[in-house]
Amino acid sequence: MFELERWEEIFDTIRKNKLRTFLTGLSVASGIFILVILLGIGQGMRNGISNQFQQDAANIMYIWTGTTSKQYKGLNPGRRIQMKNEDFNYTARKNEDELEYKSALFRIWGGIVNYKKESGSYRVEGVYPDYQFLENSGMILGRFVNYKDDENFEKVVVLGNKVRNDLFKKEADPIGEYIQVSGINFKVIGVFTDPGGEREESRVFIPISTAQRVFGGANNINNMAFTLQPEENFEKALAASNKFSEELETYLKETHTIAPNDDRAININNSLEQAKRFYDLMDMVKFFFWGVGICTIIAGVVGVSNIMLIIVKERTREIGIRKALGAEPLSIIGMVLHESIFVTTIAGFVGLIFSLLLLEFVGPLIETEYITNPEVNFNVALTTVFILVIAGALAGFFPAWRAARIKPIVALRDE
Amino acid sequence: MITIKDLHKSYKMGSNSLHVLKGINFNVAEGELVSIMGSSGSGKSTLLNILGMLDEADAGSYTLDGVVIKNLNEKIAARYRNKFLGFIFQSFNLISYKSALDNVALPLYYQGVKRGERIDKAMSYLEKVGLANWSGHLPNELSGGQKQRVAIARALASDPKVLLADEPTGALDSKTSYEVMNLIQEINDEGRTILVVTHEPDIAEMTKRIVNLKDGQIIQDTEVKQVRALQNV
Repeated sequence: MFELERWEEIFDTIRKNKLRTFLTGLSVASGIFILVILLGIGQGMRNGISNQFQQDAANIMYIWTGTTSKQYKGLNPGRRIQMKNEDFNYTARKNEDELEYKSALFRIWGGIVNYKKESGSYRVEGVYPDYQFLENSGMILGRFVNYKDDENFEKVVVLGNKVRNDLFKKEADPIGEYIQVSGINFKVIGVFTDPGGEREESRVFIPISTAQRVFGGANNINNMAFTLQPEENFEKALAASNKFSEELETYLKETHTIAPNDDRAININNSLEQAKRFYDLMDMVKFFFWGVGICTIIAGVVGVSNIMLIIVKERTREIGIRKALGAEPLSIIGMVLHESIFVTTIAGFVGLIFSLLLLEFVGPLIETEYITNPEVNFNVALTTVFILVIAGALAGFFPAWRAARIKPIVALRDE
Repeated sequence: MITIKDLHKSYKMGSNSLHVLKGINFNVAEGELVSIMGSSGSGKSTLLNILGMLDEADAGSYTLDGVVIKNLNEKIAARYRNKFLGFIFQSFNLISYKSALDNVALPLYYQGVKRGERIDKAMSYLEKVGLANWSGHLPNELSGGQKQRVAIARALASDPKVLLADEPTGALDSKTSYEVMNLIQEINDEGRTILVVTHEPDIAEMTKRIVNLKDGQIIQDTEVKQVRALQNV
């Protein structure tokens, strides 16, 4: 198989049959190329969808209130439910061990923010320090609100990246500058970025204690957000978060005198429920692209087999001549396989390299929300090349074997 | 050199069986130039194919250079063909994508001769058939006579005991035919055993012995006075 003479003979044949070699190579290379691109786009779609869902911590529970829809214990429906600090404190204390991050949120309505001559209307909210992690925010500059700010009712503010860009000149350092929120001076301590994009980055956070005191919030809160400690698997996490949200709902309904079957007054958004749907969707996308990938490989295998059949058919007469001149059957099979494996391997790698280059250089340029950074697992791609080469060899083996077995006289008669 | 006893061969054509060779007895000594004649369907090509181990007989014995040729598997048959026999076909059967030189060198490749030596040897045989200047040409750049001369050089390349020629002049005009026959005579003059299948009487006249085949049996086997092809060229 590896003797020099055989290689010389193979190279000779390849050199003299450029078109045939080129066509075989082209079909293999394009097969691999298409497959890798497909897998890459599949991965890109998964990345894109992941990003869409990564705006908040994956297991966040978000609680907000509305108005009652049922009368209960002599209270009329249509009553607005207002959560208090106690609701948050009680829940936080009671579930201290289970909770990972926790924050209440007080919203300042109509928050006009201005710096010198620039101004804009943004969501201004008072939060606890944990809120950074609940929102999955990352700090670009400075820091987030901390416990000390909260304890001391500090007038400090953390800006979303968009707010910073709107209010401050490019490359101006906003840290330490004073801005006005509804006319009251706040000192900028940080700028955050959020995977949720511009919408999430046009928010402004201040300590919740400051917010309640300065903007007349008393001990009112608008929302609560919690995440639970990570569990070892998804099912357990889902069970734990369902239990937590049920208990919380019951507690809030009791303290605020809400009918147990009233589903308007207390809203709990349990994102693990959504995450489950998201993971299911991811699995579907994954299965779909694997299905397409496998079909592509099968198509590639069929293509290579076809070409091998035709090549062997075309060479029947030549095989007859070689046999008449003293070629043994094994050497005929070896010759055909050697050539086909050589050509498919080279072509396979050419296709692989081209597609990887395309993904590498064009991939990052794709700017759509649903495809992000298409990439492919190199091992998977490599495996496909080998599968295709082996399939090509197998597909070539049977016709070659048959051709090697036909009597030279029959082969010579072949026109 | 060749001994054949009571050789039978039949082909199956659907449900019918066509009895092509019906008991052939036939000897060829070393250095002979024998022509096998007969009309089409007389079984002459079949006989040649069996002699060339390209086909197998149903019954009878065949001895070549003291070796009994029987129950060959493909591998041994290939080895024997390479060692004992050189083929010349009516349709030349050169490999179209290989140059004249590479075609001649091919039997040597299957003998395991190294490339350098192979090329030298092949070149010397091409010189022998007068085509040294055409060594780099592909078969389709050569005339019919030239192609057949390349084929003869190829048949000689493995230094076989016997040359088997199946209608070597069948695809050639008479002038070229005589040139090819002249070459065959010259090779025979050097002592090589050659069998020529032909249906052309003038070609048969140029051999030393004519075997006449009819309906699968030898009806006539006569030694003749050889006509030198050179006279006609």
